Amino acid sequence: MSAHVRPSPGPLTQAFFRAKAEGRPALIPYVTAGDPALGSTVDAVAALADAGADIIEIGIPYSDPLADGPTIQRSGQRALAAGTTVAGVLDMVAAARARGVRVPMVLLAYYNCVFRKGEEAFAAAAAAAGANGLIVPDLPPEEAAPLRGAARAAGLDLVPLAAPTSTDARLALIGQVASGFIYCVSVTGVTGARERLPETVPAFLARVRAFAGETPVAVGFGIAGAEQARRVGRVADGVIVGSALIDVMERAGSPGAAAAAGARFVAGLRRAGGTARAG
Amino acid sequence: MALPQTTTAGEKGRFGPFGGRYVPETLMPALEELERAYEAARADASFQRELAHYLAHYVGRPTPLYLARRLSEHAGGARIYLKREDLTHTGAHKINNTMGQILLARRMGKRRIIAETGAGQHGVATATVCAMFGMECVVYMGEEDTRRQALNVFRMELLGARVVPVTSGTRTLKDATNEAIRDWVTRVEDTHYIIGSVVGPHPYPTMVRDFQSVIGKEAKEQLLAQAGRLPAAVVACVGGGSNAMGIFHEFIPEPEVRLVGVEGGGAGPGTGRHAAALSAGRAGVLHGAKSYLLHDEDGQILPAHSVSAGLDYPGVGPEHSWLKDSGRAEYVAVTDEEALEAFRLLSRLEGIVPALESAHAVAHAVKVAAELAPDDVVLVNLSGRGDKDVQHVAALLEGSEEA
Repeated sequence: MSAHVRPSPGPLTQAFFRAKAEGRPALIPYVTAGDPALGSTVDAVAALADAGADIIEIGIPYSDPLADGPTIQRSGQRALAAGTTVAGVLDMVAAARARGVRVPMVLLAYYNCVFRKGEEAFAAAAAAAGANGLIVPDLPPEEAAPLRGAARAAGLDLVPLAAPTSTDARLALIGQVASGFIYCVSVTGVTGARERLPETVPAFLARVRAFAGETPVAVGFGIAGAEQARRVGRVADGVIVGSALIDVMERAGSPGAAAAAGARFVAGLRRAGGTARAG
Repeated sequence: MALPQTTTAGEKGRFGPFGGRYVPETLMPALEELERAYEAARADASFQRELAHYLAHYVGRPTPLYLARRLSEHAGGARIYLKREDLTHTGAHKINNTMGQILLARRMGKRRIIAETGAGQHGVATATVCAMFGMECVVYMGEEDTRRQALNVFRMELLGARVVPVTSGTRTLKDATNEAIRDWVTRVEDTHYIIGSVVGPHPYPTMVRDFQSVIGKEAKEQLLAQAGRLPAAVVACVGGGSNAMGIFHEFIPEPEVRLVGVEGGGAGPGTGRHAAALSAGRAGVLHGAKSYLLHDEDGQILPAHSVSAGLDYPGVGPEHSWLKDSGRAEYVAVTDEEALEAFRLLSRLEGIVPALESAHAVAHAVKVAAELAPDDVVLVNLSGRGDKDVQHVAALLEGSEEA
């Protein structure tokens, strides 16, 4: 087997490097595309970018999201009920780019949405729309070779996930195939804001880092607010906030108010993160 | 034609291009552990003895093989033999698998068991073995199904299980399966997930098939003893496909035996209201495995429809997908109406009330037998008894008479 050649850092990895140079973790908010409508998602993405997001994760709504808890399930069901399609999501990404959104965007898609379109076709369309990477929560590295090749050919990162249950042998495999960053799942469970995160997060991240080389590690699942983001930001290169942001946007009422409320929430996280390594 | 790999799935649990492990990373170590534990148990004579003991003295195996004379006369062709899985404890083949998996879970030191259920048959079979071994049991069931199958909810609770109604998605079996997987992701350290069919990530499709393959082994021996010949065709219904894999497996190496799987045809082909993943679906990934399934152009899973809750599933086991593509088995769909007719037919002609799932197999077996010679034999897996369906069918028949 030939030695693993790591491509030069793409936009996702560079976003981590920039945040690190500023002495803070990268901030990665998640929104479901099409919740409640694709037009409002363009507004939300633009507002989150202005509020200081370093990368924006955009979920393609799926009928059977088995890695997600109730908040993101509800969000996806609203998006599907509104008629959101994969092509529509990609158009939305292109519209955000046309609107001047410069931050890297990474698409979260369940594998069947990718497989049905065809891996090469999906990756090419995502790249053409302006996305920079893919996260596929039900595609472990063993099954990912075809999509990995297609993503690389299209110039996209395929971001792998690591879990607290991952053995060292698995973390070695994940580190070897990682591209963009490694998405570290903070808890054994599904997505959703939690009052407390496990105290084992720092030890888990240390294990991931031992196999990650230069690839940044970001933590997601369960981060509820500024205090948790600050604590996670002390040990991780990036903080991913999904369900808590959707909760905030859900409560805001109208789509316009949701984008503004989401932006305020993310700006608050960014301020909390900005002081993470000062003290 | 090369015979499909069937004794064990190939690399990464594949049957040709189907199968595999499409699950969140959190579960991968547990699947690796389960695979190792199952391989060790399969090779361990003491495990096999223990399983054989409980199958004989608790489940009630071997089940009879019965020549259905009046049904055969009605078909007017081959002799039809019924493999009577309806006579097992709890009334369906499901317990062959739950017994095997609970013994494995004990061996692995797991204390808590979870399961999904549609109509409730697998849930009851899981709750039963959990009661027997004093294990904690949680069963996920779509809220829609808890209403339709209230009696089975009561049975599971009577057996000490906790039944959790699932309110996400379509509130049926596929959503109950999602919720069971979410539970497993959260409690993977102390929990074993007993999947009820030959679906899910590797090693489930192989393991469940192995536990169900006792059906075909018994039937082959019984048929050779009673009829002195192999069947011309083996017919079984296919939802996820565990009873069909269970009876097919032993006959796969016998090329002269036709293997026929019968899917839930619902309102009929072209209506969009059916559960015929193999006949009308295409390859995709659901619940951890690549297989034929019902989904739209974006890969969104489509709701299945069948009069029989046990066939009401948009996917199918990956080994069936391979048997279809390799040409070793053929798959057809039988409509709700034909299944209801067979439900009444078998009751009236043989004094056996079949499960609505099994009635699909009976309906098609009559067609197959009609085209064969009197010397020939058609073997039907009568996978479950119909007591659970009597009320449902009564309501349907009343409705159709009023209409």
